[in-house]
Amino acid sequence: MDGTIAAPELMNSGAEAVLRALKAQGVDVIFGYPGGAVLPLYDALFQQNEIKHILVRHEQAAVHAAEGYARSTGKVGVVLVTSGPGATNAVTGLVDALMDSIPLVCLSGQVPTHLIGNDAFQEADTTGITRPATKHNYLVKKSEDLVRVMHEAFLVARTGRPGPVLVDLPKDILIAPAPYREPGNAPHRSYNPRTEPDPRRIEEAVAMLKRAERPVIYAGGGVINAGPEAARLLIEFTRLTGFPITNTLMGLGAYPASDPLFVGMLGMHGTYEANLAMHGCDVMLNIGARFDDRVTGRLNAFSPNSKKIHADIDPASINKSVMVDVPIVGDALAVLKALIAAWKKDSTQPNRAALAQWWGQIDVWRAKDSLRFTQPRDPGSIIKPQYAIEQLYKATRGRETFITTEVGQHQMWAAQYFRFEKPNRWMTSGGLGTMGYGLPAAMGAQVAHPDALVIDIAGEASILMNIQEMGTLAQYRLPVKIFILNNQYMGMVRQWQELLHGSRYSSSYSEALPDFVKLAESFQAVGLRAEKVDDLDRVIAEMLAVDKPVIADICVDQKENVFPMIPSGAAHNEMLLGPEHKDTSGPAVSNEGMALV
Amino acid sequence: MSDTTLRSATISVLVENESGVLARVIGLFSGRGYNIDNLTVAPVERDGSKSRITVVTRGTAMVIEQIKAQLDRLVPVYKVLDLSEGPHLARELALIKVLGTGEKRAEALRLADAFRARVIDATTESFTFELTGATDKLDAFLELMRPLGLAEVSRTGVAAIARGVKTIN
Ligand SMILES: Cc1ncc(C[n+]2csc(CCOP(=O)(O)OP(=O)(O)O)c2C)c(N)n1
Ligand SMILES: [Mg+2]
Repeated sequence: MDGTIAAPELMNSGAEAVLRALKAQGVDVIFGYPGGAVLPLYDALFQQNEIKHILVRHEQAAVHAAEGYARSTGKVGVVLVTSGPGATNAVTGLVDALMDSIPLVCLSGQVPTHLIGNDAFQEADTTGITRPATKHNYLVKKSEDLVRVMHEAFLVARTGRPGPVLVDLPKDILIAPAPYREPGNAPHRSYNPRTEPDPRRIEEAVAMLKRAERPVIYAGGGVINAGPEAARLLIEFTRLTGFPITNTLMGLGAYPASDPLFVGMLGMHGTYEANLAMHGCDVMLNIGARFDDRVTGRLNAFSPNSKKIHADIDPASINKSVMVDVPIVGDALAVLKALIAAWKKDSTQPNRAALAQWWGQIDVWRAKDSLRFTQPRDPGSIIKPQYAIEQLYKATRGRETFITTEVGQHQMWAAQYFRFEKPNRWMTSGGLGTMGYGLPAAMGAQVAHPDALVIDIAGEASILMNIQEMGTLAQYRLPVKIFILNNQYMGMVRQWQELLHGSRYSSSYSEALPDFVKLAESFQAVGLRAEKVDDLDRVIAEMLAVDKPVIADICVDQKENVFPMIPSGAAHNEMLLGPEHKDTSGPAVSNEGMALV
Repeated sequence: MSDTTLRSATISVLVENESGVLARVIGLFSGRGYNIDNLTVAPVERDGSKSRITVVTRGTAMVIEQIKAQLDRLVPVYKVLDLSEGPHLARELALIKVLGTGEKRAEALRLADAFRARVIDATTESFTFELTGATDKLDAFLELMRPLGLAEVSRTGVAAIARGVKTIN
């Protein structure tokens, strides 16, 4: 997009040029926090009405909010922070977006060019610090480069494997006049990601799939990044084949959970049937997932007898940890289109008898009902966290609902018991596992979808990591619902300590918690609490009925663990099912396994 | 599982000559735990707009493929070429200071002659040689100079190019 055509127009200031570039890129909202180095941008924002600025309470939250915005809309999220501490506070969010392939542009202020390197007030080497935290970053040193870099930042963020891009803007560049050009459509000099798959690879893949006896489709976040049309084609292709399909944590919603071909999420806390299908399959088709270690378990025991087809937009994701037989580089949408066409064209009849037998086997695994749990119903019974999610899901069905999560057991229960029918409705920190992601991400989703129901399924420990954003909810009247599964423990830490460290609960008890009801009220939100099973439905109904931010403090069983579980370093067929299935064997974890996270 | 034998690879990377590009490449290696055995960089385009980085690295076949894919997805990278996949030429230049007098000094000069090292500076107690060649030739010469008063070395690192008509562009 650097090959710009028309003659430049001189803008009064770099700040105005930046805003004009943002508008040209279709930006309608940015999440930010002011400071000395970005005052010219805040001044320019003040003098216009097209771009809305959401003032967060911490820069990390600005980035997560932009992630929530991006993931729920498919658009690029935009962040604005000041130099020094503003930029360093944004780093966690940038890495989070990098790991989960979320398109963002983060504008950071910088000290004026003549002071760079002088240890000036609020100077930090922001491009140095964020180089491994972004897909790409820029320091603009000349006014002539400003607008080209702005347009290029959006191109890089949104194309190929999406990711965060940072543009560091020295204050003098924001003040001095700068030439403006519209984005052109000439190709980038050096950056030209491949999106169209190689047709020969597609044919090979289809030939392999047609002859499969025990196939499985494994789809991830790449399908969601490719847009709703890709998810629609995923349904079309899966139904055409009749193959079982599983989604990764990042891919939930790419395939409708209610469809009979869906076997649930796979991986460390995936369903019995999804993991055993992965383990026992003879042909695996991976679309837009990256063989993450949460998914594969012990690598040398991962799906040992299958031929593997891997379609990914990022060539570096292919053959990184798992060697595959058919690598396909391409965008999930283009790949699915090509697969559907090739499947229809190839006259080979799929082996329906073998497929029926395979489904027979999968149904036996399914019958195990690995997500089964028992909720005691006597009045006064303690709430099981799984039940709380199930009731929340039932109460919200039929409404346009967006779910975000924090990180921990509640995140896994949300993934297991909330059922997603559509893409872009589920936002969670998968790669980095960032506690504190959920509330700001929900904020961003609510800004993008003011009339939708947006719920952050939280843990009592995680929510405190960005609790200051209650102020942002109040200021912008964002009716986000925070549904805390309060087990008074860093439950996921406690679970690992129980299973792997002799139940020595070192520093995992949530001591000295605030009263979440009063905390909500002090931020002009509604605070609710459910202490017993008989309170639950009423609290959920009240929460959903108010058009204000709500914190619902759901007191749940403190000792509950997440099952099924593939212990670290174990294989898919070494899954623990937990007490519900009378499987109380401790995990057989090797020394190498103990070293894994 | 996959092949665990290590191989050495000489990889040429054509990059946009912008600030931070070398840090990006080196950061990729350190951040992902890849080896750098040797590294050179210099502008190669007439207008100075492109630079060529040559990296000599080591790893399993799978890791080498990863390194190339990771390099290729950096935004300012135009082209990645694994020269060690085919016939190629690799040369480095070294400036070598040898201190000494008498017989050792004479021996150093005789060996330099045999290696076609040029004397580019001399005093009564020192020689500075300039030697160009493949890495192992330079290593061999330095080994010979060690007992003869080798005092200091400055090496450029490897510049490499494919044999025949093949180019990186
Ligand atoms: C920023 C950050 N610090 C530490 C961790 C490690 N960690 C993972 S889960 C967890 C506990 C979360 O507790 P809570 O929010 O109460 O959720 P629960 O597991 O109890 O549902 C911790 C500390 C993390 N993921 N992120
Ligand atoms: Mg907890």
